[in-house]
This record gives sequence, structure tokens and C-alpha cells, in this order.
Amino acid sequence: MKKLVLTGAIVLSLISTGAMAKDTLRLLTWKGYAPAKLVKDFEAQTGVDVKITYSNNEEMIAKLRATRGGGFDLAQPSQDRISFVQAKYPVYQPIDFSRVNTAQLTSSMVDAVKKNAMVDGKSYAVPFCYGTTGMIVNKKLAPEANDWSDLWNPKYEGKISYRLKRPLLIATAFGMGEDPFALYGDKAAYQALMKRVEAKLIEGKKLVKNYWTSGDTQVAIIKSGDANVISGWDGKGWSLHETNPDIDFLAPKSGALGWIDTFAIPAKSKNLDAAYKWINFMLEPKNAAYFTNQEGYGTASAGAIEFFNEKTKANFSRSFSKADIDNIKWHPPVPDGFETIEAKVLDRIKAAK
Amino acid sequence: MKKKRSSTFYLLMAPVLLWLILLIVIPHLDMFFRSFRFESDNGAMVFSLNNYLSFFEDQIYWLTFVKTALYSIGVTFLAFVVTFPVAFYLTKVVAKKYSSFMVLLLLIPIWIGELVTIYGWMILLSDNGVINNFLVGVGLIDSPIVMLYTNFSMTIGLLYMSMLFMIIPMMSALESLDDSLIEAASDLGASKWTIFRQIIIPYTTPGIASGGIIVFMLVIGDYVAPNILGGKSSLWFTEQIYNKFLATFNWNEGAAFGFLLLMLSSGIIWLALRLTGQKLEKVGS
Repeated sequence: MKKLVLTGAIVLSLISTGAMAKDTLRLLTWKGYAPAKLVKDFEAQTGVDVKITYSNNEEMIAKLRATRGGGFDLAQPSQDRISFVQAKYPVYQPIDFSRVNTAQLTSSMVDAVKKNAMVDGKSYAVPFCYGTTGMIVNKKLAPEANDWSDLWNPKYEGKISYRLKRPLLIATAFGMGEDPFALYGDKAAYQALMKRVEAKLIEGKKLVKNYWTSGDTQVAIIKSGDANVISGWDGKGWSLHETNPDIDFLAPKSGALGWIDTFAIPAKSKNLDAAYKWINFMLEPKNAAYFTNQEGYGTASAGAIEFFNEKTKANFSRSFSKADIDNIKWHPPVPDGFETIEAKVLDRIKAAK
Repeated sequence: MKKKRSSTFYLLMAPVLLWLILLIVIPHLDMFFRSFRFESDNGAMVFSLNNYLSFFEDQIYWLTFVKTALYSIGVTFLAFVVTFPVAFYLTKVVAKKYSSFMVLLLLIPIWIGELVTIYGWMILLSDNGVINNFLVGVGLIDSPIVMLYTNFSMTIGLLYMSMLFMIIPMMSALESLDDSLIEAASDLGASKWTIFRQIIIPYTTPGIASGGIIVFMLVIGDYVAPNILGGKSSLWFTEQIYNKFLATFNWNEGAAFGFLLLMLSSGIIWLALRLTGQKLEKVGS
């Protein structure tokens, strides 16, 4: 009996020291945001071991909330999902901008994110990459589709798909000629707008093939030909374009929705050094360009453009004219309580006949 | 005289108790207390039944639950219809040495994991998928039949992942059924239908009931198949619980809905056992 306890204690201490001995960075991020080559370079350069957990905005918040900001050293939420979370459940710690090499970043983006992720005068995020939600269209089969309103155009009956989540409600409002972001300060007016959006989407439901639910199902539904006109992310659309030139991403006439993903440091991060090292490493022009060439998403690193390959440059110029870029609707921070309104709307659309 | 338990007994008991307390009792208690907390208008957390009330007040919630429950009952019944012949064949018809190999084959989908098998079904059922391509190719149909993203594909997905849990308890019940009972009935002139209804079914009812409970619980608590294969109107109750936790960050209402799912589905099972005159102790063994 005594022996058993002793062995148990030894084994336990071995396990815990084994994990502690090496310098590790526990990263909570999105698929594709930590390319294997860059992780290897970073580990070779700094000796820090990178441990990656893949997630999305909703799960990131839930995970950090469950541990009160523990379990991870660095997270990558979208910029519009930080301030209200931080105000309600303090799961992040302020960014020490003196430790971030802001000289290598696009300053307008740093300022915008700083402002949007501000709580009590302290800012909680550094921009990492940006992209847009627009439409992915099979141009051979639906040559004229070019706006959000085509997601309820009877012409494409049975060949339409989108993700039934909050960006789609916003997109529908823009497609109806409204400006939902202008109503972020007025809850009652926003609720009324959501009612109109709900009616529009329920009316158009019979035209929809299916609602896609993840990056994988998004790709699958248009690749297989089950749908021709879908909502989608620029990076996904461009990688589809490589395998099938008929399929491409396009910025809807009434405005693509722009998102910025960031670096934010959880409140109980155990390795701040490594976290800041990783932030600065990933935003070095060469590394940032590698990420963009690989995944297709734009980067906050200012000098990266020099290292873009032809394919990346072609993607951006093919899908975005100057006017399209000016027309991108950047997500402002979501006000507290709005997601409850939207969730009910989404449930009712899903349950409708 | 009371027997004194040895220290070995307690040592062996410890893992079981730790498992029960740490992984089942404490999380459930936490959820239970959480489900009664409600954020009042001024932002304070107060004790309230509002989380439970919202289920009954908002039509969409209880309607979704009713739909989910009815669907789960239907799938459970279908699972029985589909698997009974298989279980009967494996225990009574085929030779023992082959049957264990066949059971092994039945297990294969479980090794792969639910998500992968579901993606497999997507490839088979899609408009341009394997089945439609074949049917169009041999000229049976002109244009593809829409199978994916319908209630049909969802049912297939749910059946496929839960079937095995129906087969195994039925097989163990059928195995103990003495063949001579069937032979005797046959000698006395009973028709096949009578033998099935009067002998086989009553004998295997405990197996059917325990398989039915497992399948029902698996289906009503599933998230992946309705979400991926289910199409645009397949709002499953688990999806609403998921949304409470992840989309609206309302863990308290999510916890209340989780408890409602647990209580209502247990209630349905209790009712089903009462109606068929089964005892839980007998079914559970």
C-alpha cells in the first residue's frame, strides 16, 4: 500500500515537472492561423514549444469563460467580440503595446482595433489578419449573381446556401438596402430591423438548398454542385478557384462584411514572453506574407505585400475593385445583448417551414 | 456481527466513487444551481425560475422539443424494425463461428467515429453523389433525386450510428431463447407469425426495451447528424442548448434546458416502460 502511494507520487511529480521543464506557448486559434512551417521556424528560433488548440469565436469565449481566462497563453478572437466579453467576464489582460513591434504593422488597423477592443481606457487586442465575408459563386452556372439579394433571388431556386449565423442577418439587412451597423446604438430600432430580416429570410427559405455550418461544409456544398450561389469567406472562395476556375469569391454590390482577427492575451496567461514573441514573429513581413500566400487572408503586417506571390495578388485584384474595397463594411463591436435578439431570430428561421 | 471491510475494499472502491462524484455528481449539481440563476434587469444574478419558464412560454422551444422527441421515438422504432432480422439471423440462423466475425463487421462504423461516417453519407447521398450517379448512369432515373439535407438523410445518419446499440442487447436476449420452444410451437401447428408474436417477441422484450432506451437517448441527445445531414428545417433540441451556451452566452438558460432534456426524456422512457409493462431492473440487467 505504502509502496503504491509512493510510486503514484513519483509518477505524478515526473509528469508535472516534465510538462513544466520546457518553455511552452499554449495558443488558442483558428485552423490555418499557425502554419506548420512557421511554427517550426518559431520553435527553432526561440526554443519555445507551441501547443495549438483550434477553435472559433463562440468556443473561444466559452472556453476562456469556463477557466476565467486560464489554460491558454494567447488567443485570437475577432475584434468585434472582445470588448463586451471583457466588460462582462474579465477573461483577457490589457496589451502592453511597448512589447509589440507596432512599427511593422499597418497603423490605421492597429488604431481601429485598439479603439474597438477598448474597455475602461485599456486596449485588449493587436490586429493579426483580416478578411471579408462575401459570396462564392459558380460563374458558369450563375453568371449574374453579384449581391446579397441574390441569396433570395428565385432565379437560383434550390441552388442557394448560406450559414445561418449573425453575419448573414447583417448581410441580409445590407442586401435589403438598410444599414444595421448604424442602428447599433438603438436597440429597439435594431430589433425592428431584425424582424424585417427574419421575414425576408423565412420567405426565401424555400429557395435554399441547405444552411452550411462550417468551413468544410461551405466548401463541400459548392464543390459538389449542390449549390451555386452561397455566402462564404474570401480565402475559401479563392482556394476553390484554384481547383475549379468557374468558382470564385466576389464582393457583393451592397458591401462585403469585413472582419479582423486579433491577438488577445488571456488573463491567466503563464508565458507572456512567448506570447509577445509569437505576436511579433507572426507579423514579421516575411512570415505574414507566408501566411497570406498560404491561407488567402489579408494581413496587418505593413511590409508583407512585397512578399506576396502572384496568385495572392491576382486574387485580391480579381475580387476587389477600388470601389469594392471602399465599400467593405467593417464589423463594429457587438453591443451587449444583441446576440440574444439575433439568436431568437435565427431559431425562428431555422424552425420555419 | 457486522463484517469489517478491508482497506483493499476501500482502495478498489475509490476510483468508482471518484468517477461518480467528480465526473457526474458535481458537474450536475453545478448545472442544477446554475439553471436557477437569472440575470435581472440591473445586471445582478438572482434566484429565479425564469430559465425554466422561458421553455414553456416561447413556443419555439417546446415545439422543437416535441418534434425532437417524436422523431427520436420514430427512429427508435425504425431501428428495431431494421435490426431485428439482423439480430435473429446472427443468433439463430448463421453458424456460430461466422456470426462473431459478422458482429465484428457491424462494429466497424463505431471505430471510425460519427463525424467521418456522416461525411461518408454526404458523399453517397449528394445530388451528384455516388447513388445518384449510379442511378442516372444505368438509366433508372433522368435527374438526381434530392436525398441529402432532407429528413431522409438525417434519419439514415441517426439510424446508422445507433443501430448497433439495438442489435447487441437483442442478440443477447435471443441467444438465451431455447430453439426447442420454437420447434415445439411449430410442431403444434403455430404459424410463423404466431411464433414471432407469441414466443419470440415476449421473450426478447427486455432486450428490445434496453436497446430501445439506449437508441432513444443517443438519438435525442445527438448533435452532429441533425446538424450536418438534417437540412434547413431540422432544428434539434440539442442545437438550441448549444446555441444557449455558445451563441448567446446564456449558460444559465442552457443549463435549465439541459435539465429539461434530461427530465423530459427520462419521463418518456418511464412512460414507455409502464405502457409495455417492463421493469427497469429487469431491462437493465
